[in-house]
Amino acid sequence: MTDQSSVLRLEGVVKTFPGVRALDGVSFDLRPGEVHALMGENGAGKSTLMKVLGGIYDPDEGQIHVAGEPVEITSPMQAKARGVVFIHQELSLADELSVAENIWLGELPLKSFGRVDWGKLYADTDAILKTLNVSFDARTRVGDLSIANQQMVEIARALTVDPRAVIFDEPTASLTDAEKVVLFKVIADLQSRGVGIIYISHRMEEIFKITDRISVLRDGQYRGTLNTAETDEEAVTQLMIGRKLDLSRNESHHEMGDIALEVRGLSCGHLFRDVSFTVRRGEVVGFYGLVGAGRTEIAETIFGLRDPSEGQILLGGQEVRIHSPIEAIARGISLVPEDRKGQGLVLGMNCRDNMTLPQVDDLTAGPFVSDGAEISIFDQYRDKLDIRTPGWRQTVGNLSGGNQQKIVIGKWLSMRPEVLIVDEPTRGIDVGSKSEIHNLIRDLAAQGYAVIVISSEMPEVLHVSDRIVAMFSGRVMRTFTSDEVTEDSLIQAISGLQSDKVA
Amino acid sequence: MAELTKKGIGGFLARQGILVAFVLFMVGFALANQRFIAIDNIFGVIRSSAILGVMALGVTFVVIGGNLDLSVGSMMSFSTIVVLDLHDTLGPTLAIPAMFGLTLALGAFIGFLVGYLKLNSLIVTLGMLSAIHGLTLTWSGGQNMDIADKQGTWFSVFGQGSIAGVPMPIIIFGLLAVVLGLVLSKTPFGRKIYAVGGNGQAATFSGIPRARVVFFTYLISAFCVATAGLLQASRSLGSQNTVGQGYELEVLAMVILGGASLLGGSGTIVKTVIGVLIFGFIENGLLLVGLEFYVQDVVIWLVIILAVWLDIAAKRGRLWSPIA
Repeated sequence: MTDQSSVLRLEGVVKTFPGVRALDGVSFDLRPGEVHALMGENGAGKSTLMKVLGGIYDPDEGQIHVAGEPVEITSPMQAKARGVVFIHQELSLADELSVAENIWLGELPLKSFGRVDWGKLYADTDAILKTLNVSFDARTRVGDLSIANQQMVEIARALTVDPRAVIFDEPTASLTDAEKVVLFKVIADLQSRGVGIIYISHRMEEIFKITDRISVLRDGQYRGTLNTAETDEEAVTQLMIGRKLDLSRNESHHEMGDIALEVRGLSCGHLFRDVSFTVRRGEVVGFYGLVGAGRTEIAETIFGLRDPSEGQILLGGQEVRIHSPIEAIARGISLVPEDRKGQGLVLGMNCRDNMTLPQVDDLTAGPFVSDGAEISIFDQYRDKLDIRTPGWRQTVGNLSGGNQQKIVIGKWLSMRPEVLIVDEPTRGIDVGSKSEIHNLIRDLAAQGYAVIVISSEMPEVLHVSDRIVAMFSGRVMRTFTSDEVTEDSLIQAISGLQSDKVA
Repeated sequence: MAELTKKGIGGFLARQGILVAFVLFMVGFALANQRFIAIDNIFGVIRSSAILGVMALGVTFVVIGGNLDLSVGSMMSFSTIVVLDLHDTLGPTLAIPAMFGLTLALGAFIGFLVGYLKLNSLIVTLGMLSAIHGLTLTWSGGQNMDIADKQGTWFSVFGQGSIAGVPMPIIIFGLLAVVLGLVLSKTPFGRKIYAVGGNGQAATFSGIPRARVVFFTYLISAFCVATAGLLQASRSLGSQNTVGQGYELEVLAMVILGGASLLGGSGTIVKTVIGVLIFGFIENGLLLVGLEFYVQDVVIWLVIILAVWLDIAAKRGRLWSPIA
């Protein structure tokens, strides 16, 4: 390798989508043998940047240099040929094929007449697997491997070329601690071979453990690079969100009314068991736990999307059985779902039609939908929620995440629900909109709504909730009031370390 | 064009390609043969497009709802044969409602399978294409069906009559287009079809009965098919068992030409009517230029494949993309 101050360098990369400047002049360099963390909140532009590097998006402006040469990357194959390889968060493996076939897919070694050279294939694969120190061999069917081992297959795939830069996107998201150790060893090994590594993660402790430098993106802009050894968590956070991390708890308490929703001993198969809680009018109850703890499933059961196997749901003291969202809506339950794009919105539809969708049957003049009634609802909630859109005709898919989420919230608020369930209200939303949505949730409670907030972000739960239900593996571990909750006790409860069930 | 970038042309074609192609076609044909733009020719084109057009209106509902209906051709043969047969046994007054009832029952069956049982619409309607064809042959015993007294029946009014010089098929097509256009664009039901086709899961989360909406799109399609069968039977007063064969693809092509997406959630009745006319004029133009019948098929289907490509390109935002 010749003169190489950087294996990979980006200069002033710009990428815009309708209505969004996803990358705004991002510059970044990766040195050989370093682990370089790329951090930023959801929507900060990390994945867009990676897609530009991987040749999936064309940058509008800017230049990419690999090993000092300016290059134009137009496809993932080309990126790989230049030694830039990706380990994606979402695994893209073919379950039915063997490890070896997955690794060499698209470039299987061939003998005469296009026959696959199985001997060479397996030998080459086993050679790579040996360097990774894994317990499976080239012939194993990928579908039979654990997630962690599948990730090793992804990594092995990256090693079929002589990589210059390897990009890990949230590699530890689904790994156990023991598996992480193995992964970090692999990374250290790559590092010692002079490979540059971009490490994308939200987990601070990992970042501080394995990286050399940290670059931060915010709202599509490059915010700076820090030497890991010389900085701390707080400085990084500040760079990421533009202010200090707000771990303040909700301190505004207002009059609470009657119990709006009570759940008694609710179970749904193996998803969650024996869940009980109450929500009063004017109260925000936060559900906190790890992904897969069963929180979303509880919301879906209350909303009639799943049938409970046991237990009762009481609305205003009356037991109800809800078998479909139609029935749930009729009983005054609204759900702002977790997956905004998949479940919350019809992206190709305009803002107004999305917002009025659940009540379109009631907004009629004669047989037709009344334009006036719809527009007045839209205008009302656009103003109330401060939704920024050129007009109601705008296609929802063109709005920013925050404004999209406000459309979904507006859609359900305009139903004037008794109980409002909000699942991950600020996922993928920029910081500004985030705090607006938090304030909105508090306001709604003040107006007398009974609100359930499901969130995986601790600051969010602490910030909005009057009480917090901590869940672990389908069970309620503990219910905290906002006065008694501490970060430590909350983390312990959701890790299943402490079960202190309050009656 | 030299100053346009590759992307510019690609983007423009992706958005407006079908209209551009159509205008070029029209101008070319008009230059090649003066008769092409004569009033009576234009009228003729519309009239001969009316039967397929009526079917296309129904299929538009199904496609916007996110499904396909490949059974309309053979269902139309069924309607035609049934109404002709019942004409002589029950008399026209009873034959027409009876035929509509039977055709709607077929539509309801498909709607049940696709809507409530959530079976893949391609497989279901492809299967029904053959099944209904078999049903038609069973009904007719494989014989052509003819009305005994072709001169003395008022039944011919739908296919052959006219009001104030405008042929009945055009009037019926126009009326149906207006009514169904209003249903689709102005009623809550129409809105729900777009929601279900655009994002079925979001529709469910909004309390929209997805299965019922899909069911009704097939019922509407069947109603249109029955109307088309009535027009066909009334025009010819006799028919082969295979009269609607191949229509399913032509109808689908009209809907797609109009710009409805095969992925569901987009399209309008107005656009479908434009698609119907484009299809009709291209066919007519090729005829007038004197292209052989079988060459016409090649050209028309190339146009349709082009249209489907442009449809996908518009979704992707470029004509070619390495990822889906």
